[in-house]
Amino acid sequence: MSVTMKVDFSQWSCPLPLRDYPSIVMGHGGGGQLSAELIEHLFVPAFRNTTLESMADSSVLPRPSGRLAFSTDSYVVQPLFFPGGSIGDLAVHGTVNDLSMSGATPLYLSAGFILEEGFPLSQLAAIVDRMGRAAREAGVQIVTGDTKVVEKGHGDGCYINTAGVGVIADNIEIGPTRAANGDVVIVSGTVGDHGMAIMSVREGLEFETIIESDTAALNGMVASLLRFAPHVHVLRDPTRGGLATSLNEIAGQSNVGILIEERSLPVLQDVQSACELLGMDPMYVANEGKLVAIVDPSVAEAVLAAMREHPHGRNAAIIGRVTEQHKGILAAKTPIGGTRIIPLQIGEQLPRIC
Amino acid sequence: MKYLDEFRDGELARSLARQIQQTATRSWAIMEVCGGQTHSIVRNGLDQLLEGAVEMIHGPGCPVCVTPLELIDKALAIASEPGVIFCSFGDMLRVPGSHFDLFRVKADGADVRVVYSPLDALTIARQNPDREVVFFGIGFETTAPANAMAVHQAKQQGLKNFSMLVSHVLVPPAIEAIMNSPSCRVQAFLAAGHVCSVMGYWQYYPLVERYRVPIVITGFEPLDLLEGIRRTVIQLEAGTPQVENAYERAVCFEGNQPAQALLAQVFEVTDRSWRGIGMIPRSGWKLSDAYRDFDAEYRFSVGNIRAEESPICRSGEVLQGNLKPNECPGFGKECTPRHPLGATMVSSEGACAAYYNYGRFVAVDSIR
Repeated sequence: MSVTMKVDFSQWSCPLPLRDYPSIVMGHGGGGQLSAELIEHLFVPAFRNTTLESMADSSVLPRPSGRLAFSTDSYVVQPLFFPGGSIGDLAVHGTVNDLSMSGATPLYLSAGFILEEGFPLSQLAAIVDRMGRAAREAGVQIVTGDTKVVEKGHGDGCYINTAGVGVIADNIEIGPTRAANGDVVIVSGTVGDHGMAIMSVREGLEFETIIESDTAALNGMVASLLRFAPHVHVLRDPTRGGLATSLNEIAGQSNVGILIEERSLPVLQDVQSACELLGMDPMYVANEGKLVAIVDPSVAEAVLAAMREHPHGRNAAIIGRVTEQHKGILAAKTPIGGTRIIPLQIGEQLPRIC
Repeated sequence: MKYLDEFRDGELARSLARQIQQTATRSWAIMEVCGGQTHSIVRNGLDQLLEGAVEMIHGPGCPVCVTPLELIDKALAIASEPGVIFCSFGDMLRVPGSHFDLFRVKADGADVRVVYSPLDALTIARQNPDREVVFFGIGFETTAPANAMAVHQAKQQGLKNFSMLVSHVLVPPAIEAIMNSPSCRVQAFLAAGHVCSVMGYWQYYPLVERYRVPIVITGFEPLDLLEGIRRTVIQLEAGTPQVENAYERAVCFEGNQPAQALLAQVFEVTDRSWRGIGMIPRSGWKLSDAYRDFDAEYRFSVGNIRAEESPICRSGEVLQGNLKPNECPGFGKECTPRHPLGATMVSSEGACAAYYNYGRFVAVDSIR
C-alpha cells in the first residue's frame, strides 16, 4: 500500500471492537461496524424485544383498534444522573406521560441519541439500562432508534429524543379545553420535587438533605383512575413551568377560572425549605411524576381514592375548583385569607436576590 | 416549617388585620421599602386584608429593578469579552440593558453563570486561573457584606483574576429622596428588616426627626408585616412619629458590627443613579481605593459607557405612588414585561408588571 493512496474518510471506520473503547468516538455514529456493535451490545440487550431484534430499517407493528395518540419530546437535562433518576428515566417517563395525559395506553417508543465524542460508554450503558428498565416497568416497548455522534464540544454528553405511540379507548375524551364550571382540581402528589432535585445537585448548591426527583411513569395510575371515572375532563403532567403553568394553560384553553386553596397544596418539607431559601415558588417548579386531573365533582372522591391507592399517588389531594369567574386566570386563596393571582411566567423561574 | 409557619398563622394574621382596621380612622399611605416585603404582601394578599385602612405603596427596594441601565450595559459589555466568566444572581439575567439582556449575550456565546453567593464566584476564579471571573455585585446593604467578604478574600488570597462590578445602593438616602419629592404622598415607612439586621437602625433617627414620619423596622413573613403595619398605624393615629423595631428577633440597634467594619473597609459611599428615580447623592457604595484592583469597571475600561433611560417611562412617579401604572403613556404599548422600559415593569413584583399581568383581564376584582 502506498502512502499516496486516496483514503475515503466517509467510509472509514475504526476496526477495534466496542469493548476496547472506553468512550464514544465519531465512528460510533458512522453507521459502520462501530454503530452496529453499539446497537448489538448495548441497545438491543437493554431494550430487548422482538421488533427491535429484527433490525429492520423501520419497525413493523400490528395496527391497534381505537384512535392513536402520538407524542415526542427531547431530553437535555444536566446533570445526566441526579437523585431519584437519570436522563434515561426521564426520556421514557416523559413521553409515556405525555401519551397518558390524553388517556392513551402507551405502546411503543422510539429512542434517538445524540452523543458527544468522548462520552464515557459506561455512562451510556447506565443510561440505556435505566431506559430499558423504565420501559419494562411502564409496559412499553422501545422498537426503533438512532444514534448520532457530534464532535467534542458540540453536545453536552448525551441528548435523547423519544417519540411514542399509544391507543385511546373509544369512550375516552380528555383534553385541555374540557374543564367546566364546578369541576374539581386534583393533584396526584407533592409538587416541585423534580425541579428542586435538579437544582440541588447543580454546581454551587449544596443542601444538607437529598431531594429526590419524582420521575415516574403515570400510565398505570391513569389506567386505574379511568376505570373509576372514564369521563375525566382534563389530565396534565405539570413538567416544565410546574403546576402554575399547567393550570394557567388549562384556564386559558377552557376559558374558565381556576381557584386553588394554597394550604391544600402538597409540598415536601425539604422542597418547601429549598424554595424559601432560593426565593422560588414550588408551584412553578417542574415535576416528572405527577399529574393534575380536572373532574366532575360527582367523581372527585373516587378519583382521589384511586390515585391514593397507587404508589405514585399516595399524597394526592383536592386543591381547588374551576369557576365561571375570572376566566383565563389562575388564582389562589392564601392561607392568610387573601387571594393572589398566579400568572404565567415569561421565562424560567430564577432564584431571587431578595 | 419551623421559624416560618409560626409567622404565617392565618388566624393571628386576620386578628392583626382586624386590629389595624379598628385602629385606623382613615386610610394611611405606608411605603414598604423592600422588594422582599412587596413580594410577601402580594403573595399573601395582605393588602386586601387592609383595604380601607392602609394603602401600601411599593417602594424602590428591589435591587434588580433600580440597577441603572448604564450599569447593565457595562455588565453586558464585560460578559461579552473573550475569556470572561460572568457570574450573577439569577434574576439579573433577564433585566434588559439598552439593547438586550444577559440571556442574549449568553446565547451568543458568553460564559454567563448563575451563582447563589459571591463566594461561589470566588471558587470559580480559583478553579479557572486563566480566565477573568467577574461577579455582578448588586443589592442593598443586605447583600453587601457577602460581596465585601468575597473581595476581601480575593485580596487576601492574592487572586488576580477576580473582580466585581459593584452597584450597591443604600436605603436611608432613598427614603430621603422620596420625602424630598414635592409630590410625596408617603406618610410612613416600613424599613427593611434584613437591611437593618446588618446596619442596625440608628441611621433612621435623623430621618424621623427631619421629616416627621414613622419608620418601623419590619420583617418579611405575613405576621411580621402586619405587626409592623399595626405599630405604624398606631403611631400615625397618635401623631407621634418615631423609630420603632418590630423585628426584634433579627434586628438590634447597632446592627452587625463586624459586618459594618468590613463594609467600611471595602466600600466607600458614592453618588448613584437609580433606575426610574435618577441620581441620588451619596446613595450607593463603590469599592474603596484599597480594593480598586478588584473593580471590574476599571479592569475592563467600561467607564465610558453611557445609557439614557427611556424618555417615555414615568416609573419614578409610579414608585412614589403618584401615578397609576396604566396612566403612563408607555404602559402596555412600548413597555411590557417582555420589553420593560423602567424599573417597575422589570420585576414581577413591580407595580407596572403587576398591573399588566393582572389588570389586562379586568375581572380581577371578581376573585376577591
